[in-house]
Amino acid sequence: MLPVLQQLIQDTFPEFLVQGNNENLSLLVLEFLRSHVPFLASLPLSVSHLIAMLAVCVIFVAVVPLLPLFLVLAERKVSAHIQDRVGPMRVGPHGTLQTLADGVKLIFKEDHIPRQGDKILFVVAPYIIFACSFAVFAAIPFGKSILVSNLNIGIFYIMAISSVVVIGVIMAGWASNSKWSLLGALRSAAQIVSYEIPIGLSILAVVMLVESLKMQEIVMNQGGLGVLSWIVFRTPFTFIAFFVFFISAIAEVNRTPFDLPEAESELVAGFHTEYSGMRFALFFIAEYANMFAVSAIAATLFLGGWKGILPGYDFLGGTPGFVIKTLLLVFVMMWIRWTLPRLRVDQLMNLCWKYLIPISFFNILGIGIWVLIFQNDKHPAYIGISLLIIILGIFGAYLVLGKRSSQSPAPGASSA
Amino acid sequence: MAAPKPESKFIELKPFTDEMVVNMGPQHPSTHGVLRLELKLDGEVVREAIPHIGYLHRCFEKHSENLSYPQIIPFTDRMDYIAAMNQNWGFCLAVEKLMAADEKKAFEIPERAEYLRVLICELNRIGSHLLSFGTYGMDIGAFTPFLYAFRDREKILLLFEKICGARLTYNYVRIGGVSRDMPPKFLDEVKEFIDYFEPKIDEYNSLLTNNEIFLERTTGVAVMDTAMSINYGITGPNLRGAGSQWDLRKDEPYSIYDRFDFDVAYGKEIPEIGAVLGDCWNRYKVRMDEMKQSVRIIRQILEGDIPDGPIMAELKAVRPPKGELFFRSEAPRGELGFYIVSDGTPKPVRVRAKSPCFTALSALQELSRGLMVADIIAIIGSIDIVMGEVDR
Repeated sequence: MLPVLQQLIQDTFPEFLVQGNNENLSLLVLEFLRSHVPFLASLPLSVSHLIAMLAVCVIFVAVVPLLPLFLVLAERKVSAHIQDRVGPMRVGPHGTLQTLADGVKLIFKEDHIPRQGDKILFVVAPYIIFACSFAVFAAIPFGKSILVSNLNIGIFYIMAISSVVVIGVIMAGWASNSKWSLLGALRSAAQIVSYEIPIGLSILAVVMLVESLKMQEIVMNQGGLGVLSWIVFRTPFTFIAFFVFFISAIAEVNRTPFDLPEAESELVAGFHTEYSGMRFALFFIAEYANMFAVSAIAATLFLGGWKGILPGYDFLGGTPGFVIKTLLLVFVMMWIRWTLPRLRVDQLMNLCWKYLIPISFFNILGIGIWVLIFQNDKHPAYIGISLLIIILGIFGAYLVLGKRSSQSPAPGASSA
Repeated sequence: MAAPKPESKFIELKPFTDEMVVNMGPQHPSTHGVLRLELKLDGEVVREAIPHIGYLHRCFEKHSENLSYPQIIPFTDRMDYIAAMNQNWGFCLAVEKLMAADEKKAFEIPERAEYLRVLICELNRIGSHLLSFGTYGMDIGAFTPFLYAFRDREKILLLFEKICGARLTYNYVRIGGVSRDMPPKFLDEVKEFIDYFEPKIDEYNSLLTNNEIFLERTTGVAVMDTAMSINYGITGPNLRGAGSQWDLRKDEPYSIYDRFDFDVAYGKEIPEIGAVLGDCWNRYKVRMDEMKQSVRIIRQILEGDIPDGPIMAELKAVRPPKGELFFRSEAPRGELGFYIVSDGTPKPVRVRAKSPCFTALSALQELSRGLMVADIIAIIGSIDIVMGEVDR
C-alpha cells in the first residue's frame, strides 16, 4: 500500500519533493513534523508529506472561518461607530463574543426547507458557495512560506474558482421557490458575470507587467524599493487598474453600492431570503470570507503582498504586514458600505460596460506600451516618471471633479 | 400530410416569457407599513404596480360617530402617527371653526396656546421630515442617514415627552387650547435643540442629498408635474416638489402663521444635476428645505415673547351648532382635511378625514409604469406615505 501511495504522490506533486524548496506551508509543516514526531520520520517522505498536507488543510479550514467571525464583529463595530452608535456591547468584553453567540443561535435554529422548493439544490447551494469562497485561500500567499500551494496558474485559478460562486447563487435562488430569491439570484448572476471582465482585465495588466501568473512571483516582483516597487505605483496604468479592480471586487462580493442581489429595501434579502439556521450562516460566512479574499488578492497584486513598505528593511512585511494591508482594504469596503446608497440595476450595468471595461482595455494598451518602452524595469527613474504622471492625473481629476461638485446646488438653495 | 421538417422543432423553441406577478408587501422592509403592491414584472421592469390598501384600517370615521368631539382627538393621533401633533391640531381647528359658526358658542383661543401649538407642530414637522429623510436614505440603500435622523428625532421626542408625557401619540392639542403648559426651561431646551439641529441639515445635504449615487437614483425619476399632481389632488411637499408654491400656512393662514416670516420651499429645475420639476429628488429636497423653514418659525417664536396667560379657552361643553364644515390644515405630508357634520349634539354625525397620503398613494400606479423595481421603492419613499393615514 505505502509504496503505491508514495509513487502516486511523487507523480502528482513532483516539485514538492525537491529538497530545500520550502516555499509552501506543507513543506514547513513537513519539516516540523519530521523533526518533532519520530514516528513520522520513520515513514517514507511522500507519506509523511501527505500527512503534512492534510495538516495544512486542517489548519486552513480551521483558521480561515475565524476570519469571518472577526470580520462580522468588525463590520458591526465599524458601522456602529460610523452611525454614532456603540454596536454590540453585551456578550464578552466590549461585545467581542457577539459573533460567537450569534453563531450558536444560528446552529440551534430550525433548518427550514421550502416545501415546494428543490430540496437537493437548496441543500447543496450553500456548500458550493462556501467551498468556492474558501478554496480561493489556497492560492493566496500570506507570507514567504505561508502558502498552501504555489500554483503555476495562481491568479487564474483564483478567478476561475471565485466565478463558480455564481452557480451556487443561482441554485439557491432557484431552489428557494421564491420570486424574490429568484430576482436576487438573477441580478447576482448578471452582476458577477459582468464584473468578472474588468477584474480579469485589470489582473491582466498586472500579469503583463510581472510576466507570471504565480501569486508568489507577483509578490516577489514587488520587492526592493519598498512602497515604490508596489505594482500600483509602478506604472500609471496599474494605478488605474487597482481602482478598477477594487470597484469591481466590491461588485463581485455584492457589497454597497453594488449590493443589488441582496438589496434589503428591494428584495428583502435576495437569493438567501428563504434560508435559515446554519445554511444561512454558511452564506454569511462565505460573504465575509469573499470580502477578505478579494482584499487579499488586491493587496497581493497591487500593494506588495507580504513585502515590507520600506526599501531594505522588513518593516511591516511578512504575514502581519500582509494582513494589515488586507484589513485596511476590508475597512475601506465597510466604510463605503455604510456611507453610500445603492445603484439601480441598469446603472450598475452601465458602470461596468460603459466605463470600467473601456477603461480596462485602455489600460491594457497603455501597459503594453509601457512595458515596450521601459522593459518592465524597476529603475527608480521609471517609477519616478510613473509617480509624476499619477500625481498629475490625480490633480487633473481633482480639478474636473471639484468643478463638477461645486456646480451641485448649495444646501438650501431652492428655498432661499 | 407531409411530415414536418426536422428543423422546425428547433425553430419553434422560443423562450417562454411571461409577466411575473410579485406581491411586494404587506410585510416588506420598504413599503413603509403594511402596503401591498401587486407588481407585474417584465424582468426588472415594472409593467404595473397596483397598490392594495386596507391592512391598517381601524374604522376611524365610524368610531368618531359614537364619540364626543374631545374623545376623537386620540384617534387622530393614530392616523399619521409620525406627525400626531399636526393631526390633533387639524381636527381641533375644524371643530373650533365649526363652533365659531354660532356666536354664542364662539370662543377665543388664548394666545399662549396658539404659540404652543405652532411651536410643537413645527417641531413635529421637523421630526416627521427627519423620519422621511432617514427612511428614504434607507430605501435608496444608505443605512447611515437613518440612524442620524433617528438620533435627532429622539431629541424632539424627548421634548414632546417633557411637554405632554407621550412620545408618539400625544393627544396634546385640545379643542380650545392645549392640554398642558410648558415645563420650566422648556424653551431653553428647544433653543438648544434648534441650535444643534440647524447645521445638521447642511450635513445631511452633503451626506445624502448631493451624493452622486443618490442623485443618479432620484433625479428625473417618476416625474409628477403640477398638472398631474393637481389632477390627483396631491398636496404638501409632493405638490411643492413639482414647483408649485401652494402652502396653506402661507396662502390660507390659519392660527397665527401670518405673524411669522418664512418661505415656502418648492422644487426647482437644476440641470447641472439633472433634477427635473416633480421628480423624486425634488420631492425629497422640499422636505429638507422645509425643515429649515420650520427652524426659522421656531426661532421667531423663541425670540419673540410668548405671552403669559391661560392655555385653554373657557368653554363649558364642546357642542358645535348644527351644520357641516370642511377645514384643512397643512400637515407635514400635505393638506389634512376634516369634514364634520354636526347636529348640535356632543357627538358628530359624520367625520370624514381627507388624507394627503391616500391621494399621494393613488398616483403610484401611474408614476411607476415602465420603471424598475428599485424605482418603485424610490417613489414610495419620495411620496412619503404613512399607512396609518392612508387606511385610517
